[in-house]
Amino acid sequence: MGTRTVLHEADITRALTRISHEVIESHRGVDGIVLLGIPTRGVTLAKRMSVIMSDIAGVAVPVGSLDVTLFRDDLARQPTRSPGPTEIPAGGVDGRTVVLVDDVLFSGRSIRASLDALQSIGRPSAVRLAILVDRGHRELPIRPDFVGKNLPSAREERVHVRLAEIDGVDEVTIES
Amino acid sequence: MRHLLDTQSLSREDALRILDVAEDMSDTQSREIKKLPTLRGKTVVNLFFEDSTRTRISFEAAAKRLSADVINFAAKGSSVSKGESLQDTAQTLQAIGADAVVVRHGASGAPRTLATSGWISAGVVNAGDGTHEHPTQALLDAFTIRKRTFGADSRGRDLAGIRVTVVGDVLHSRVARSNVWLLHTLGAEVTLVAPPTLLPQNVSMWPVTVEYDLDRAIAAAPDALMMLRIQSERMHAAYFPNEREYSRRWGLDPERLAQLPGATMVMHPGPMNRGLEISAAAADSPRSTVLEQVANGVAVRMAVLYLLLAGERPGDEREDLS
Repeated sequence: MGTRTVLHEADITRALTRISHEVIESHRGVDGIVLLGIPTRGVTLAKRMSVIMSDIAGVAVPVGSLDVTLFRDDLARQPTRSPGPTEIPAGGVDGRTVVLVDDVLFSGRSIRASLDALQSIGRPSAVRLAILVDRGHRELPIRPDFVGKNLPSAREERVHVRLAEIDGVDEVTIES
Repeated sequence: MRHLLDTQSLSREDALRILDVAEDMSDTQSREIKKLPTLRGKTVVNLFFEDSTRTRISFEAAAKRLSADVINFAAKGSSVSKGESLQDTAQTLQAIGADAVVVRHGASGAPRTLATSGWISAGVVNAGDGTHEHPTQALLDAFTIRKRTFGADSRGRDLAGIRVTVVGDVLHSRVARSNVWLLHTLGAEVTLVAPPTLLPQNVSMWPVTVEYDLDRAIAAAPDALMMLRIQSERMHAAYFPNEREYSRRWGLDPERLAQLPGATMVMHPGPMNRGLEISAAAADSPRSTVLEQVANGVAVRMAVLYLLLAGERPGDEREDLS
């Protein structure tokens, strides 16, 4: 059928701004929040959210990355993946509210892996999940707390998130 | 990657991939919980026909940190002392269900025989074979040099322009051979310093500069000075008059240590003969990377086991992804 653009640059910015507001609203401020992006594009989104939230709240919101490769349950079914870097902000995660940030939520298996990864680093008081695109087809009892866009899709369709920092352009496309 | 048998045939791309994954593995070792679930359900056999402390412990720690099951096999006290052949031992391991075999053997080429014979389907890691190679040692040495030189900025970098001087018993050293090939692949400049009797005859074919005078080599201000162990157990002839003479001419004594320029690191693959090739002052100085090498060894071996075992393997039966 071809490729169709579902979010443009302005849509992505609006979605991230709204999610950032929602996170602050539900947490009643930014105190104790740590944003952790899941590589590769989740990290970029987390960094953008940190900028937006810092602007709103007037204090810097710590941001880092959490690699989940070594915790995946599907390693033996794919060519060998190279792990990405994990960078935890200086204050750690103990007793904080960690907001996991990823670009697409699909089966939920990356998020399951990220919960295991987080456990080996420390014990947050709460973990929340922010997602740019939720395309359904969950295989595990996992749901996002903050969603940029719900995108009903067929299982065999492919959703691509491109971000300026990595791909030179901001857009979300669906390919069928 | 199917096996890791040597560094001579290791491409620059594969070497950098191992070193970069080792960076990630190294990061996980500073966490509250060091154990990763990555290789759960895999079995790693340590097959050691020669004595080893640090290499075996290092491989065992690496496999356990990745949640693999580890079976340690030492030739002493096994059926090998009753005359069992390498083939029968290998087929026994196959029947047990080994996914990877880490092998150390006194005969050069034994790991390759194991990998190419068809006796086993497991991945083979060479943990030292005769006087041939010891690839994970060279990888951890390269990792250590890179880490000391570039710090947190190490990922993705090679060792272009870095000058490494390797001193001592090159003739019997598989560590030296593996290091020469790997360092050359990564762009480093290697100088060998040894008495002529302890250099192999074909050294002119290697991508190295040969020097016989340690003081001249030190005056050239290398970035890393790697002292090799004098392997008395492999020396069946007189290669130098006596230990005192060797130590005076090719040992890193406190006087030579003082001549080293500011940033030069002192490396030793261990086990050290203190007072022979390296003085206690040098081994315990802040320049010494000996303990870093041991710690980095675990991370590098985790990376090798990960790259060998984690992905799908050719020939694996594959179920539907969903």
